Amino acid sequence: MPSLERWGLIAGALALAVVLPALNALPPGSPLRVSDFTLNLFGKFLAYAILALGIDLIWGYTGVLSLGHGVFFGLGAYAMGMHLMLEIGTRSVYGNVLPDFMVWNQVSELPLFWKPFYSVPFTLVAVLVVPAVFAYVFGYLTFRSRIRGVYFSIITQALALSMWLLFNRNAMNLGGTNGLSGFKSVFGFTLNSATTQRGLYVATALCLCGAYLLCRWITRSPAGRVLIAIRDSENRVLFSGYSPAAFKLFVFVVSAVLAGLAGALYVPQVGIITPAKIGVLPSIEMIIWVAVGGRGTLLGPVVGALGVNWLQSTLTTNYPDLWLLVLGGLFVAVVLFFPDGVVGTAQKLLARVRRSAGAGVRSSGRPDEGHRPEEAKPQTEVPHIQAR
Amino acid sequence: MLKSLLLALALLPGLAAPAVAQGAGPSPAAPSPAAPSEAMAKHIADVASADSAVQEAAAVALGKTGDRKVLPLLEALREGSVSVRSLPGGKKETVIVGDKVSEGDKTLVPLFAAYGREPIAGPDGKPLLAELSTLGEVSAGRSLRIAIRPLIDAFSGQNDLINPDPAARRAAATKMAYTGDAATLKVLEEALPKESDRWVRFALEEGAALIRLRIGDPAERGIAAETLGRLRSANALEPLYQIAGDPQAPAPLAAAAQVAVKRIERWGLFTQAIEIAFQGLSLSSILLLMALGLAIVFGLMGVINMAHGELMALGAYSTFLMQGWFATYFPGRFDYYFLVALPFSFLVSASAGFLLERGVIRLLYGRPLETLLLTWGVSLMIQQGLRLWFGAANVDVTSPRWLSGGVPVMIGVQLPYNRLFIIGLATICVGAMYLLLFRTDAGLRIRAVTQNRGMAACLGVRARWVDAGTFALGAGLAGLAGCAITQIGNVGPELGQNYIVDSFMVVVTGGVGKLAGSILAAIGIGGLNKIIEPGMGAVFGKVLILVLVILFIQRRPSGLFAAKGRYAES
Repeated sequence: MPSLERWGLIAGALALAVVLPALNALPPGSPLRVSDFTLNLFGKFLAYAILALGIDLIWGYTGVLSLGHGVFFGLGAYAMGMHLMLEIGTRSVYGNVLPDFMVWNQVSELPLFWKPFYSVPFTLVAVLVVPAVFAYVFGYLTFRSRIRGVYFSIITQALALSMWLLFNRNAMNLGGTNGLSGFKSVFGFTLNSATTQRGLYVATALCLCGAYLLCRWITRSPAGRVLIAIRDSENRVLFSGYSPAAFKLFVFVVSAVLAGLAGALYVPQVGIITPAKIGVLPSIEMIIWVAVGGRGTLLGPVVGALGVNWLQSTLTTNYPDLWLLVLGGLFVAVVLFFPDGVVGTAQKLLARVRRSAGAGVRSSGRPDEGHRPEEAKPQTEVPHIQAR
Repeated sequence: MLKSLLLALALLPGLAAPAVAQGAGPSPAAPSPAAPSEAMAKHIADVASADSAVQEAAAVALGKTGDRKVLPLLEALREGSVSVRSLPGGKKETVIVGDKVSEGDKTLVPLFAAYGREPIAGPDGKPLLAELSTLGEVSAGRSLRIAIRPLIDAFSGQNDLINPDPAARRAAATKMAYTGDAATLKVLEEALPKESDRWVRFALEEGAALIRLRIGDPAERGIAAETLGRLRSANALEPLYQIAGDPQAPAPLAAAAQVAVKRIERWGLFTQAIEIAFQGLSLSSILLLMALGLAIVFGLMGVINMAHGELMALGAYSTFLMQGWFATYFPGRFDYYFLVALPFSFLVSASAGFLLERGVIRLLYGRPLETLLLTWGVSLMIQQGLRLWFGAANVDVTSPRWLSGGVPVMIGVQLPYNRLFIIGLATICVGAMYLLLFRTDAGLRIRAVTQNRGMAACLGVRARWVDAGTFALGAGLAGLAGCAITQIGNVGPELGQNYIVDSFMVVVTGGVGKLAGSILAAIGIGGLNKIIEPGMGAVFGKVLILVLVILFIQRRPSGLFAAKGRYAES
């Protein structure tokens, strides 16, 4: 990576992780102060950005379009939410040790699967492991039988639909349609204090940096090259002696873990998690963040998650009827006109400017540069075998 | 007319002699009023009595005669439109008065005979108008009105029993069975031998047995219980449970009730199974209509059309619009709107599909995942457009009369016409698709492009136009499905979302571009949905089906009927 870009990234990370919270910590009334509301909003967006990075790994790099990532996000979020529910204890409306919704539903005893969530370490592990295990089982069953392309996409969509239906059930003891809410504190820190929220924001920003570095490491490793090769031609990878299923399973699990982490960071900042976050529509909205930002780049999903969500929160407050039309239009426009997304297009333009400026250096050796996934149709690559 | 009149006469138990004479007379339909019998005439006179006890006794006596000609009088009594007029010679006559007419400062009313409500003609042959003030109004107290009510009900039941529509006769018999007494029982039993319709006969027998079970002596009740068991009457379950659980009931009766309950319950399970199978079949038909288009397009172009559900919603809303137009411009022919709506919704959705293909999808050939996202975006826009245009609430589509009701096939099982229609529609569409694909040149081209696009193009098939045409066809089928769904489900902006995932499952399970696979998968998934639903609930049913589908493609990754030959997906 050219040093200019590297410094740019470091500056961006510093701005998000240090400068923004520092501005928030300024005394009220000072002109540069960032309001608590804005910081909280950004915290939510950064959590989404972690999720988007995970989706970029599986879709942008490996070419597997999962329409069920809301499920993994939801699993992480619910795991965290369950701990926060238990932390409320007797401070709840009914003063019962049981969460309020259980009192309404006349559940007399805490269900067994809730009990381990009293423990903080267990929760922190569960946030990552539950989505991972779920993704492993689901991925194993689907990748092993070589379900690919749109088949995989619609199976994951069915997964999102059925999980959404399941989580809506009161019988699941997960709060039904209303989900989990009413949290008071996280790991002992009061949630409605500005300091705690700032701390959560910083934690989210740091996790995003960590996720970014992890993804960077994966995509630059030899395994990352295989992922890109799978995206461009899975059969060739298969015939070269690699097992695409194993690689896909690995990256699917990693992206599920990132989604779970994002969910866990989302819950204490937003204060509620409902099944509405894990359905078909939110799952596919996550895809558009990555597509708008630029898939196959690491910066793209972060930019996309921040940008699209900012647009959404602006539009839904001012023109609530328009949002779905704009969202639909975004899908169409991005697919038709900007398949590389904002970052990909910018990189291309930059590269062209550099070339014409006679810098003499080819833009970069990054394997994902300027690549359009799926565009490289293997029309002629495997003779005698029909490409469908 | 004559037949039903005779039937009516035969049905009426306490029919007064003069009425019989009239029925046997040369012109039964002639309007000339038959004179009431003397007893009847006395009752009619007593109804106008100032003594409310006499009044009530007379009304009840009239009701008990069962003569349908006293019904207008009873109804008029309840409405308070009965009066007494003085006849020349000092006699009084009870009459029914009609709607008031003002003439100058006088208020006139037409008069009708109390017996049979024939208009009373004046000296000039025109209907007689009397001045209201010359009439003595007969007041009907509350207790009289209450006493009249059941009499009128019994009459209306008897009226319905001779209705030419068998469904109305059945409904009347069933209704009478719930409230009937000994008199009703007699009516039902006398109607039975004259009834030719099998299902009305059943309802009559059932009704009679139900009444016996309630009011008969223990031996009679035992026989009634046995009869009800033989009839497998689901309506009898409740009273039979009570008898079987009643410790005071005589032992033979309780035993008979228990046996009957067992028989009825067993039959209930059987009919329930049939009903579930039938509902599953109609759901499968909808899924099949949806999935056919999806599967053919997927086989042809490798494209999953996420907006397919919205094309279906377009079809449903077209039906709604057509209904509105008919209600506005051809209210007399309202029932035919559905026949026009079928081709209309096909055309609307097909045009939308054609535009979608020619407009955007063809630009993305060979990039299935991008197409998926694009069509999802389109679906969001259509959905929101429908919401903005028609409102977020469900719209109301009325079934045409010829699709409401159903055909009874066995005791306790009635197949609704609307579901039968949907099954028929799906069958016709599948047949037409088969003919199109395998018996026409267009179908040959579609199959050629599906098998090998490049080679087909080399041989002169215009692959892109085949794409567009097939896409439009698939979209049109979705429109038909939308039109059909208006008859059995809600129509709202989210309509498409409810069916799209299931249709995808059908495509995945059935295999690509295979008619037989789609049909089998649609029947399997639709049927499973309905089989699992009663036991586990719709939600767990859906989850279970997903699990089953995933397990299924472990064994057969390319669906039920994979394309033969050496293929490798790119």
